[in-house]
Amino acid sequence: MSNISALIWLIPILPLIGFLINGMGRKQLSKGISGIIGSAVILASFILSVLVFFQVKEAGAFNVNYFDFIRLSDFKLGFEFKIDQLSSIFLLIITGIGFLIHVYSTSYMHEEPSKDFAKYFAYLNLFIFSMLLLVLGGNFVIMFIGWEGVGLCSYLLIGFWFKKPEYTSAANKAFIMNRIGDLGFLLAVFWLIAKVGTTNFDVLFAPETLKLLTANDITGITLLLFVGATGKSAQIPLYTWLPDAMAGPTPVSALIHAATMVTAGIYMIARSNALFSLAPITQTVISVVGLATALLAASIAIKQNDIKKVLAYSTVSQLGFMFLALGTGNYTAAVFHVLTHAFFKALMFLGSGSVIHAMGGEQDIRKMGGLHKHMKITSITFLIGCLAISGIPGFSGFFSKDEILAGAYGYSPLLYGIALFAALLTAFYMFRLYFITFRGSFRGTHEQAHHLHESPAAMTIPLIILAILSVVGGAIGVPEALGGKHELAQFLAPVIKSAAHHLDHTTEYMLMALSTALVLASIFAAWSLYKNYKAAGEATGFGKVLQNKWYVDELYQTAIVQPLSALGTFFNNIIEKKGIDGFVNGVGKAVNYGSRQLRLLQSGQVGAYVLLMVIGMLLLFIIQLFV
Amino acid sequence: MDIKAYMALSLTLFTIGIIGVLVRRNAIIVFMCIELMLNAVNLLLVAFSKMHAASDAVKASATYVSDAQIFVFFIMVVAAAEVSVGLAIIVMLYRNTHSVDINFLNRLKN
Repeated sequence: MSNISALIWLIPILPLIGFLINGMGRKQLSKGISGIIGSAVILASFILSVLVFFQVKEAGAFNVNYFDFIRLSDFKLGFEFKIDQLSSIFLLIITGIGFLIHVYSTSYMHEEPSKDFAKYFAYLNLFIFSMLLLVLGGNFVIMFIGWEGVGLCSYLLIGFWFKKPEYTSAANKAFIMNRIGDLGFLLAVFWLIAKVGTTNFDVLFAPETLKLLTANDITGITLLLFVGATGKSAQIPLYTWLPDAMAGPTPVSALIHAATMVTAGIYMIARSNALFSLAPITQTVISVVGLATALLAASIAIKQNDIKKVLAYSTVSQLGFMFLALGTGNYTAAVFHVLTHAFFKALMFLGSGSVIHAMGGEQDIRKMGGLHKHMKITSITFLIGCLAISGIPGFSGFFSKDEILAGAYGYSPLLYGIALFAALLTAFYMFRLYFITFRGSFRGTHEQAHHLHESPAAMTIPLIILAILSVVGGAIGVPEALGGKHELAQFLAPVIKSAAHHLDHTTEYMLMALSTALVLASIFAAWSLYKNYKAAGEATGFGKVLQNKWYVDELYQTAIVQPLSALGTFFNNIIEKKGIDGFVNGVGKAVNYGSRQLRLLQSGQVGAYVLLMVIGMLLLFIIQLFV
Repeated sequence: MDIKAYMALSLTLFTIGIIGVLVRRNAIIVFMCIELMLNAVNLLLVAFSKMHAASDAVKASATYVSDAQIFVFFIMVVAAAEVSVGLAIIVMLYRNTHSVDINFLNRLKN
């Protein structure tokens, strides 16, 4: 394979071109053309990413430096790309799943007017561009450009139907919470530059450079980076934006909030694994926060009634698992789970989009039911997704999740126990969702019943492809205990220097058997509770707490939002209106008053003028006596 | 004679001239007061010139300069020119307002 490094710049630039064409030509282009342009550039990037992947597999990593982005007297920062095993995998995920979602969107969004349709594809392309910049970046600053870009595109896409104020406030919430995390990221970058003068990954993660940092430095920098990751990847305390982000179109939720943007935090920490391995305090923090988030989100998901909200909390929970893996030093497992999660979560989001489409916009699962009869493809692929996420042996999710759990067990059995409980909840709420939506009897209105139909090919083919990937995707990570070679770990070995605690095979078998048995029991419980679901009344007691998301949003509202709002109002009324405006207007008023008084001098009386002349003369005479 | 006497006289004349310019309403009287001021200054110039001349002659210098006395002629010429122009303006003023009262000259107002 010839050297592809000359063409690397095309991978992010093609989606950028798509953004420019669709964005600027949105009033002229027809829906067909803008859909084709939007999807074709991503397909081209995907093909290039495949070539890059094979090149990296054969020849190893390489860097490309384009130009000096920042050039100060003592500090230079290049616009550089680092293509290694980790970024090539992420490139494949982003462009591959991105392409499937673009194709899906051409059908899902076809009711939009052509101007908004083109705008949607422009935003999607811009998002892919930013995400590609993020994973290709060779230093923290270029990564941060992409980091900010995906936050922006998330805001643009969540608030896509901007005429509804609750959607725009959801978009605001997402962007603001992202920014809070970004502050941590920036502070970490500044700290790094101050201490070692570089953010380039190759230079930074070399042992000589890391020796320059004290233990406190490393702990501080990694904690700040983790704060950035909590904002982007929706961990406690910055996770409440993700369920609200379901206000955006469903393909957006599939792309941004399942497969790509939210995994940026995990990518960043996996990329910096050399740094994080030296910070045991931060790793404990990451594990605890990840596990707590996984548990909290899973507990909320079992009581949600909006199909997308269940999937959103599921995403938060699975991200918690990934952070647990990162915190226990199991970086490969985290990346593996990113991969498999991208498959089955995007699958399930797209499946839910198919359901919402068929139900004419209805998202409440209490009004669904028995959809399996009408939408076989959607139903079966969704079932495959549920099996994958629950970790049934044979599906991709089993391998990745079990690796995470095994790593947690090696760290501390207590961590494993709680993580296992969260995994059981995962299986429970996913199958609750499946049974209520697709089984039982239909609980909607008559017009909805007439409208039920399977979705067109542009929507079902991506579902099928993702379902196949959810099944076979685990093959690259089969652990040795089960006779595989774990090709993914071998592939990532040059990038990820540390490995998880190694367990002996008998323990691994026991853990696998235990988790499988309990997961099956959990699925059985969900089946027996929900196979013939009749819409119940409002939840009571503890169920009510779960349904109201543990009242975290209300807590944030009273503790943070309202005081800040009050402070803002205070500043507006007192300092802005009376103080600054008063001062500025006061200057104007003073000038007015003074000039009115001065105008009286112009009486037109010659005598007065002569008098003033004489007075002036006298004054000058007196002054020259003293000066 | 003591120079202070000349100074006092000149100052008095000058002050009377100024007060006259400020107080009097008739334009022609105002002009007369302006002439008074100019002549007060002339007087002072001549007096100082003589004062310097007296001290110079004591030093027996051959380069006796009487600049101030020559300057008096300049002032007189200027005064004459100014009077001619001013009186012409007053005549035009009289033709327009039929009076030489300067309080009626407030057309510059606003």
